[in-house]
Amino acid sequence: MRHLIDPLDFTVEETGALLDLSECIAQNPESYSETCTHKKLATLFYEPSTRTRLSFESAMLRLGGSVLGFATADSSSAAKGESVADTIRTVSCYADICAMRHPKEGAPLQAARYSRIPLINAGDGGHQHPTQTLTDLCTIRRRKGRLGDLTIGLCGDLKFGRTVHSLVKSLVRYPDVRFVLISPEELRVPDYIIGEVLRPARAAFREETSLEKAMPELDILYMTRVQRERFFNEEDYVRLKDTYILTSDKMKNARPDLAVLHPLPRVNEIALEIDDDPRAAYFEQVQNGVWVRMALIMTLLGLTGKGERTC
Amino acid sequence: MLNIDAIQNGIVIDHIQSGTGMKLYNLLGLAELDCCVAIIQNARSNKYGKKDIIKIEGIETIDLSILGYVDSNITVDVIRDGVIAQKQQLVPPQKLVNVIRCKNPRCITSAEEAIDQVFLLGSGGRYRCAYCEQEYHA
Repeated sequence: MRHLIDPLDFTVEETGALLDLSECIAQNPESYSETCTHKKLATLFYEPSTRTRLSFESAMLRLGGSVLGFATADSSSAAKGESVADTIRTVSCYADICAMRHPKEGAPLQAARYSRIPLINAGDGGHQHPTQTLTDLCTIRRRKGRLGDLTIGLCGDLKFGRTVHSLVKSLVRYPDVRFVLISPEELRVPDYIIGEVLRPARAAFREETSLEKAMPELDILYMTRVQRERFFNEEDYVRLKDTYILTSDKMKNARPDLAVLHPLPRVNEIALEIDDDPRAAYFEQVQNGVWVRMALIMTLLGLTGKGERTC
Repeated sequence: MLNIDAIQNGIVIDHIQSGTGMKLYNLLGLAELDCCVAIIQNARSNKYGKKDIIKIEGIETIDLSILGYVDSNITVDVIRDGVIAQKQQLVPPQKLVNVIRCKNPRCITSAEEAIDQVFLLGSGGRYRCAYCEQEYHA
């Protein structure tokens, strides 16, 4: 039985196959509307999430399946002190596949050890968010037609931003990806990402504090939000939250085929005026997230042979 | 000077930092063995001044990999028929279970006490929590 706990749980080839299936689904979603008939997805969300939970639920409903679960820890047995191991053993009796979001890092890994159904990590604290990574890869590939030979700027909170870490780990597996790491000093990418991910992969990278300076060379700009919930100290959050704001002025120096991504939700790091710029890809990303999650559910349930392929 | 007989068959763990012999005794789970174990504390050492020694009689198949994490200066001799038959090389183990604790308050191990504390040796020669991947700092 396969789980998805870490973005690297899927090889480059497996990721490619999943993105191919996502593309087929995107081309003709109706063809897949009965693929998961009679299958149930449990969404175990121990911390608030609008986008990811609804995306999973939308994905399963579009596949003809049904969903059950909880949206906060307060409404689960965790409030009574139940372990994630016991919870997943119980949920394994109710559903065919499970998506788990948990504020504690490593909780989905612990749950997977006891799960009798495929388990998807839907985000564990500041650690991993593999379906966001797949969504990002899907969006990059749909926009640029490839995952290699790209210059990607990662901007904002590179220290606590789990989506950034996961994306870097995934993209170093593709040839000729160059990284520009744009952040204030306090929110620099952790040393281990440089020492254990970028350098061993011999990936080209540089650290930068100026977004304006980096703009002209980028194929992809991945903006991130400075997340209040990752700070223990409110003062630090207030001081750093507005360091980078993407405006039309800054976009003037960008390539005409730049794609701007953001895992969302945004606060004010992308000005609203950018939404109408054809280079803004962050709402496409949300749609792609549904296609990717549909493909992932099908893959983990072993249903990739079902459905009419139209591409 | 106190004399402890040399063992005929077994293992001698030598050059243990003085004062840490009991800690190693517990880490290796030696209390669970059904054989003769001697701990010598504060033995004279030309190299370190003082040292601890552990002698285990009649057994040579226990897992000593944790010693490579605790102190790379420790030496391990396998004794057969009263002579050193083999000197074991200590290397840091790939995995540590319940030896060190993750200090990340966001880690699942900080919320659920029953979960084993598992650390894996990373490519940089440092240990990371298997759950949250945070590097361990002593």
